[in-house]
Amino acid sequence: MTVSVTKPPAHLAPIAARQWFGPLVYIPAAWLVVAIAATVFAGLLPLPDPFKQALLRTLQPPSAAHWLGTDSLGRDVFSRSIVGLRVSLIVGIGSVAFGLALGGALGLVSGYFRGLIDLWISAVMTVVLSFPPLVLAIAIMSYAQPSLVLVIVVLGILFVPAFARIARANTLSLVEREFVLAARAIGMRDGFILLREILPNLVAPLAAYSMLMVAVAIIGEAALSFLGLSVPPPQPTLGGMIAAERANLLDAPWSVFGPAGFLFLTILSLNIVGDQVQRRLDGREAAI
Amino acid sequence: MLRRSLRLGGTLVGILFAVSLITFLLMNLAPGDAALAILGETATAESIATLRQRLGLDVPLLQRYLNWLGGVLTGDLGESFRANEPVLDAIVGRFPVTLQLLLGAQVVALALALPIGIYTAYRPRSLADKTALGVALAFVSTPPFLIGIILIYVFALQLGVLPATGYVPLGEDLVGNFLTMVLPIATLGLFEFPIYMRLLRSDMIQTLQQNFILLARAIGLPPWRILITHALRPSSLSLITVVGINMGRLIGGAVIVEVLFGLPGVGQLLVDGIYQREYLVVQGVVLFVGVFFVLINTLVDLLYSMLDPRVRVDSIRH
Repeated sequence: MTVSVTKPPAHLAPIAARQWFGPLVYIPAAWLVVAIAATVFAGLLPLPDPFKQALLRTLQPPSAAHWLGTDSLGRDVFSRSIVGLRVSLIVGIGSVAFGLALGGALGLVSGYFRGLIDLWISAVMTVVLSFPPLVLAIAIMSYAQPSLVLVIVVLGILFVPAFARIARANTLSLVEREFVLAARAIGMRDGFILLREILPNLVAPLAAYSMLMVAVAIIGEAALSFLGLSVPPPQPTLGGMIAAERANLLDAPWSVFGPAGFLFLTILSLNIVGDQVQRRLDGREAAI
Repeated sequence: MLRRSLRLGGTLVGILFAVSLITFLLMNLAPGDAALAILGETATAESIATLRQRLGLDVPLLQRYLNWLGGVLTGDLGESFRANEPVLDAIVGRFPVTLQLLLGAQVVALALALPIGIYTAYRPRSLADKTALGVALAFVSTPPFLIGIILIYVFALQLGVLPATGYVPLGEDLVGNFLTMVLPIATLGLFEFPIYMRLLRSDMIQTLQQNFILLARAIGLPPWRILITHALRPSSLSLITVVGINMGRLIGGAVIVEVLFGLPGVGQLLVDGIYQREYLVVQGVVLFVGVFFVLINTLVDLLYSMLDPRVRVDSIRH
């Protein structure tokens, strides 16, 4: 029997994540809820002290007392990972909020007034985009004293051009619409039109990408803390924990793969749920 | 064409100028005294003054910038403080390592993304497609240093087939170089391939719906020929742009990978410069990387207009 060559069907729609994952999308969503709750209420949980050293019990394998074992200073890996994840989440959400606010405002002004302002803003964006993002972040972090706020601002700056572009493109098309013309016709001032008429319509397209950006920001923070350029010790960070315990990879893999697991599951969940959010709010195919 | 080249050249010079200004301001507007930071709190006022003079910190900001820019244009980025080595020599000496890493990673990423992207576009929703998308999602969600650590754990520590760290120059020992570069290149390539694969897949799915593909199928051309000779080229335009743009992401990843695997590249130089407070080295590397990145992007723009006739025609009309 000859097998005929099956040809690609005429209408091939890209696969929606929903079809792929089905109800499985609730698992990453649940992980995010649990992760956020655990980091917020870390102090109330019956966990070992993440800072307490026990030099006689270093690099212990996972046990009932230490779920993910202990690190090279005898500290509990599980509770340190939760405290480290808190930094990841704060930086991830904070820097995207910063980028969204500043980029959104710049894009709004740029698209509404156009002309010289637009030209200047896009020139500044071009310059920011002229540096590889992580190298720019590393450079800024190296000159200043690392702190939580600085990490948020530096990573936030890297998100400004992307949000500004989305806001500008949407504003450009919104300005042409009848309701803006009507607002002008009844004598509304520019500031009013920007805040009351255009801004509410920018919320959905800007928010669509923000969850995926949080995942990117968390990878960025992990890279910085791996290089020792994020929030300084004694504050545990997931990247910092991995860098510090890297030498014990063979003898105590849990000390590395524990925090790595937290990092991976959180970023993966953000990507899966963020993809859904993006599709619902934007409707277009994600270009990652 | 000439007007377009002139405009492109003008923009390029403008951006490069801005890159130099930002790089300079980053270092010089940072709070604190660079000389004090290098010498530490116990330094005498005299030694600080000497170092300030040596670093050129004793003149006004604008003049300092012009002095530095003049040096940059004549290939003088200053000297590293500890090694007494010209910064430019240090960068140029380490650049081949980074370049090998970057190019190797792009080759690995494309070698994975092209066949997988083409096949999954041809058979979307198949088991292979779902598996590929799942794997891609997992790699997108893994920071590059983590991919590297997992590769080290499996191939260096458990299987013992490849070295975990170290570097053998390409000119010295071809096999040794290959062995030391396999894991770093694989790390960066795996970090990059999901983006290329997903992009190619979604562009190719759109191309496959067009009429000329229907025609090619009606003529009875075999599927592989339709996919490779007819569908791939129009589907790869945004891929080419992204391969260029992602050079920036890749350079960031290269810094991490060089540190992780102990490769003596430009990224390692940057990080060492930061730890040792070698501000001129840091400044030089940031400038070098920025310029390299801008040139790559300009090159990609040119390549893009050569590949896509529509862009070419547009530029003639305007």
